[in-house]
Amino acid sequence: MPAELSAFQLVLSGDPALFAIVRLSLVVSLSAVLLAALMGIPLGAWIALTNFPGRQGAIVLLNALMGLPPVVVGLAVYLALSRSGPLGSWGLLFTPRAMIIAQTVLVAPIIAALTRQTIEDLWLEYRDELTAMNLGPLGRVAALIWDARFSLVTALLAGFGRAAAEVGAIIIVGGNIDGFTRTMTTAIALETSKGDLPLAVGLGVVLIAIVIAINALAWTARRAGERLAG
Amino acid sequence: MNMLTRRLLIAAAASLAIAGSALAQDKSIVVASTTSTQDSGLFGHILPMFKAKTGIDVKVVAQGTGQALDTGRRGDADVVFVHAKPAEEKFLAEGFGVKRYPVMYNDFVLIGPKSDPAGIKGSKDIVAALGAIKAKGADFVSRGDKSGTHQAELNLWKVAGVDIAKDKGPWYKEIGQGMGAALNTASASNAYVLADRGTWLSFKNRGDLVIAVEGDKRLFNQYGVMLVNPEKHPSVKKDLGQQFIDWLVSSDGQKAIADYKINGEQLFYPNASDSGA
Amino acid sequence: MRAPCEELPVVFDGVSVTAGPVTILDNISLSLAAGAPTVLIGPNGSGKSTLLRIAMGLMPPSRGRVTWGGRENAPPLKRAIVFQRPAMLRRSAAANIRFALRAAGIPRAGHAARTSELLELVGLGGLADRAARRLSGGEQQRLALARALARDPAVLFLDEPTASLDPTATKAVEDIIRAVSARNIKVVMATHDLGEARRFAGDIVMLHRGRVVEAGPAASFLDTPKTAEARAFLAGELLI
Repeated sequence: MPAELSAFQLVLSGDPALFAIVRLSLVVSLSAVLLAALMGIPLGAWIALTNFPGRQGAIVLLNALMGLPPVVVGLAVYLALSRSGPLGSWGLLFTPRAMIIAQTVLVAPIIAALTRQTIEDLWLEYRDELTAMNLGPLGRVAALIWDARFSLVTALLAGFGRAAAEVGAIIIVGGNIDGFTRTMTTAIALETSKGDLPLAVGLGVVLIAIVIAINALAWTARRAGERLAG
Repeated sequence: MNMLTRRLLIAAAASLAIAGSALAQDKSIVVASTTSTQDSGLFGHILPMFKAKTGIDVKVVAQGTGQALDTGRRGDADVVFVHAKPAEEKFLAEGFGVKRYPVMYNDFVLIGPKSDPAGIKGSKDIVAALGAIKAKGADFVSRGDKSGTHQAELNLWKVAGVDIAKDKGPWYKEIGQGMGAALNTASASNAYVLADRGTWLSFKNRGDLVIAVEGDKRLFNQYGVMLVNPEKHPSVKKDLGQQFIDWLVSSDGQKAIADYKINGEQLFYPNASDSGA
Repeated sequence: MRAPCEELPVVFDGVSVTAGPVTILDNISLSLAAGAPTVLIGPNGSGKSTLLRIAMGLMPPSRGRVTWGGRENAPPLKRAIVFQRPAMLRRSAAANIRFALRAAGIPRAGHAARTSELLELVGLGGLADRAARRLSGGEQQRLALARALARDPAVLFLDEPTASLDPTATKAVEDIIRAVSARNIKVVMATHDLGEARRFAGDIVMLHRGRVVEAGPAASFLDTPKTAEARAFLAGELLI
């Protein structure tokens, strides 16, 4: 498959345009995961540890939001960030930051829902000990999040996988602008529409390889950490 | 975990840097254009020349003509560069555009399978060809996305005396996607499809598809460019956008367009001087 | 500053616990005062664990009241508990203790020294950096003891601390409990092992079906039990 080879040759030869695309993909998706974690982990922990009216409904909603269609999120963020939309004055549409926002919206429910489950399970195990230690609410949350850190890495990876794989949201809010908002997935969509299927497949293989590499890294870090901390 | 934390921090820092550079890179405009200009590779050819001359980055958002005009209406682009004259004139009449400049034309071609089930290959009469496709119920793929090509196709059906909204059958497939997707679909199902010549020439996944009909004057495809009206949308970068338009219609820009060739074949024919185009 | 024995005595005044139609503790009145260990005995399901949880302040009684040193609703500042199956934090043995020291509000400066002191006390000096959840059952039980002692408690509740341990591990845990008791910390221990009760008890409280059947000094309870249930239990009969 010579054309597929050509995508790898681009990688091996360090083609700057391809490198920029890969880098933007990683920057956008990792930033989205970071922002989503900053929101999703506290939110998930809060729902796990708090009783409030409608909690069951909130859990069902959160779990359902894990399956948000990217194209719907993309459209909603597009309408919000458009010059004619409520946040138009920020001038963010068709920029990497708009893509980060859209993917954050996609990923935050995933991280929050998985965090909620993880923290709730751990809380069942720790509740008596932490109560006996007279730990306040903040101390409890901190202890649970820290002790759930290895499971939370899995939640982050699930979020990253979702972000790295989606094209529906970022192609709408990013515009797939060459050299500016073109990522691996939007480039694949573009090459497919240009009928260059072998190059699209080659890019897809590169994307999958990167996702596997990141998961392997995180897994190794998790295993090493677990050996030390159980 | 520390590694992950560090990596996430690096990513965050990098994203801030990108955001920062986006602010610093203020000399840029957003052009809403069509998939045909982008996918054919025209922008890849002419934009570096424009950038070298003016230092302005042109960010092209490639959409169907209908969507590109909507992007302009919303104020999300500084310039629209599309090919559907009636829709462009409506855009002007609504006050969203400042002035329309004709830039260039190419032509549409009717693409079909080598086996030619409608028996139209080699014809120069697009209207008769469409009539034959309808009569034989040969598979036909329509963009169905309100793009310039889609609007041109609908117009040709009308000229052929076919009320496509009423007469369409299972042979008529509206896919609601871009030119490339339509060609991929036609290639996979050996159907006829109306395409712009530029996208066809640069399209790689042809399978059994060949040109069935070309050369009819009614397949003429005019491109126009407009600055989005800064009075409607103050965020429009009117000076930079106007520079781009001025360059496109200048002799430099027109020559750059004429010089773009695939396999020695010219894709677009500059005609900015033709004020009626 | 440690006010002497502000947690003691722990007084139960007509305490009942019900869960739906089930009565777990039935009108218990009891005083746990400073001094030799108090051992709660009784068959499984007699309410020992619930009594300890109430005494620790982990749950409120359904009826009646509990006071610590005369105060109601006193936060568990100088109380500590070791559960039958203690939860190990997902950290090293030393970090488990440091966590307890922090939770007890003990100034950080003394943490390192106090941590190694506690680990030595429970014989885990060599395992400070081992992941707590990778320790054996006996080691985990000892770590839980050290973690409880990190709170510098005036009273220590132990819920069947040796129930799932082999004799060697049991001996190690009992030695620690003995050392703790010798430091003037009030030990309140639940067990269904009569031998263990004999080895420790100053006082014995026998529970059966959520009621105190008999309570008093260990010697008189073990030698001359007054109730039929106590006699049956001591004779090794099955109490239902």
